Amino acid sequence: MMPGDKRDIIVVEDLVKRFGSFVANDHLNFRVSRGEIFGFLGANGAGKTTAIRILCGLSKPTSGKVLVAGQDVGTRPEKVKRSIGYMSQRFSLYEDLTVTENIRFYAGIYGLGPALIRERTAALLHRLELEHAADKLISSLPLGWKQKLAFSLAIFHEPAIVFLDEPTGGVDPVTRRQFWDLIYDAASKGITVFVTTHYMDEAEYCDRVCIMVDGRIEALGSPEELKARMGAADMDEVFVKLARKAIPRTEQV
Amino acid sequence: MKRFIGFVLKEFRHILRDRRTMLILFGLPVAQLIIFGYVVTNELRDISVAVVDLSRDEATAAITDKVFSSGYFILDAWYPATVDVEALFRQGDIKQVIVFGEDFAGRLQRGETADVQLLADASDANTANLVVNYTSGIIYSYLESRGAQGSMPTALVPLSHMEFNPSLMGVFMFVPGTMALILMLVSAMMTSISIAREKELGTMETLLASPLKPLQIILGKVAPYVALSIINAITIILLGYFVFGVPVKGSVVLLLAECTLFIMLALSLGIFISTISTSQQMAMFISMFALMLPTLLLSGFIFPIENMPAILQWLSYVMPPRWFIVVIKNIMIKGTGFAYVWKETLVMAGMMTLFIVLSLKNFKIRLA
Repeated sequence: MMPGDKRDIIVVEDLVKRFGSFVANDHLNFRVSRGEIFGFLGANGAGKTTAIRILCGLSKPTSGKVLVAGQDVGTRPEKVKRSIGYMSQRFSLYEDLTVTENIRFYAGIYGLGPALIRERTAALLHRLELEHAADKLISSLPLGWKQKLAFSLAIFHEPAIVFLDEPTGGVDPVTRRQFWDLIYDAASKGITVFVTTHYMDEAEYCDRVCIMVDGRIEALGSPEELKARMGAADMDEVFVKLARKAIPRTEQV
Repeated sequence: MKRFIGFVLKEFRHILRDRRTMLILFGLPVAQLIIFGYVVTNELRDISVAVVDLSRDEATAAITDKVFSSGYFILDAWYPATVDVEALFRQGDIKQVIVFGEDFAGRLQRGETADVQLLADASDANTANLVVNYTSGIIYSYLESRGAQGSMPTALVPLSHMEFNPSLMGVFMFVPGTMALILMLVSAMMTSISIAREKELGTMETLLASPLKPLQIILGKVAPYVALSIINAITIILLGYFVFGVPVKGSVVLLLAECTLFIMLALSLGIFISTISTSQQMAMFISMFALMLPTLLLSGFIFPIENMPAILQWLSYVMPPRWFIVVIKNIMIKGTGFAYVWKETLVMAGMMTLFIVLSLKNFKIRLA
């Protein structure tokens, strides 16, 4: 891919993030193309969340270049924020507000008009089969529904990219599968999906994955490529091989 | 602007839906005013007193001497002729004026009624009452000692008048105190908890990743509390007026303006607390120990500041409610204008600026 390719919606060059002497992101380099499902994999503490927060403009990089949707996150985070959706690990719905109130609130802060909100709310409730729960408090919903609703809200304003930070934590495999259907659905509409996870089976669902170990990118490519390169049967094995390689380095610390 | 209004509406929903919050917001002011309205304890030390001595003779000199050697009082000013007593009180330091009538010793000698008048600043009714009682006691004991020396039996009636608060209502003192406490609770504690809640639930991240600016988020969070705090301040003033008969002698506009300033100060403190705490629990504990207890104990609300050890007196200078209480007392009970409270107003404005700067600094560090 050529540098500055129009199809690259995320460009990260030499991204470094330090917290004191701890290096959370060590010279990251990668690009994500428009419409791709890009998986960001790694164990807890590998630096996934730090990287995603930088991409969303929630945190400033120590050094390096980060372009999201053609804008520099470091200098113009406001521009970036208009074209992205973000779903954090904790779903970010207000438990003491109803489903419709949550939708209206999030749509409102992205500046959607009342008519558009009404139209999209109806469509969303229909798609998620949540019409009967429209006026129920979020606290009364099962976790799986909250998670689907949180994702739908993150893409409610039809952003160019949606960032999902470990969106499937704590839910059962069936719900996870359903959740990935939603992700495919969003990708088919042209939304770029940037997802972090530590479930290796989910890596198989991504177009390309990037595996982080101790703040560095250890591998980058499509699941098939990586499996072939590492001589592994599945992504789990790929990850274990990469992580084992990294162990001596961790023990030196 | 539309986004902002949507945000504020959501914030109101949180408040109205939480029964505990509603109870703190509207039950507490009433309960507190009634409880504190009847709690009265006080002790005297180093009270500033002025003397107006129209006769300047050995008897008045002896009484003056006795009064100021008692340890309760400090001679602040001495006048040989009548002065504007009310003006003296308005300056704020002087708590009592002792006025000796003309030809005091002579009348005493002749067995006539000798006049001594005790005027006390009763905007703090408790202290005023004690001050007058202690002084009368000293004067009586002087007369007794004269009687023992074989002088003529004396008819001396100390005439006391409670300036600003003639009926000595203790609650006068507690309206300003309760107001400070409630506004602190609602503004500082509730805001810090509600912002900390967004952080704890992770919704703050989502808000920060949205096109809303951090300043809009913070303003959206505090706006409902500004409104509710002002309603609370008005409730307390009305309750004080209709239930306890506490007057608002000064300008109502000035009073509300000062309340608003204090609310802003408390809010900036609340925001500051929320920037240093990561959970609702932590925000609550910091508010409790750093705000509630000092407000109760060190602001002069319950215990007179002049009776505290020096170190606590110094500490009381950094307590925002201390300044607010002085201002409110002056405006409500003494009816003084801005000219007499500008210093306190300036201190509060300064504190507010400090907390805003500190919060901004903390916020930036967190984002970096």
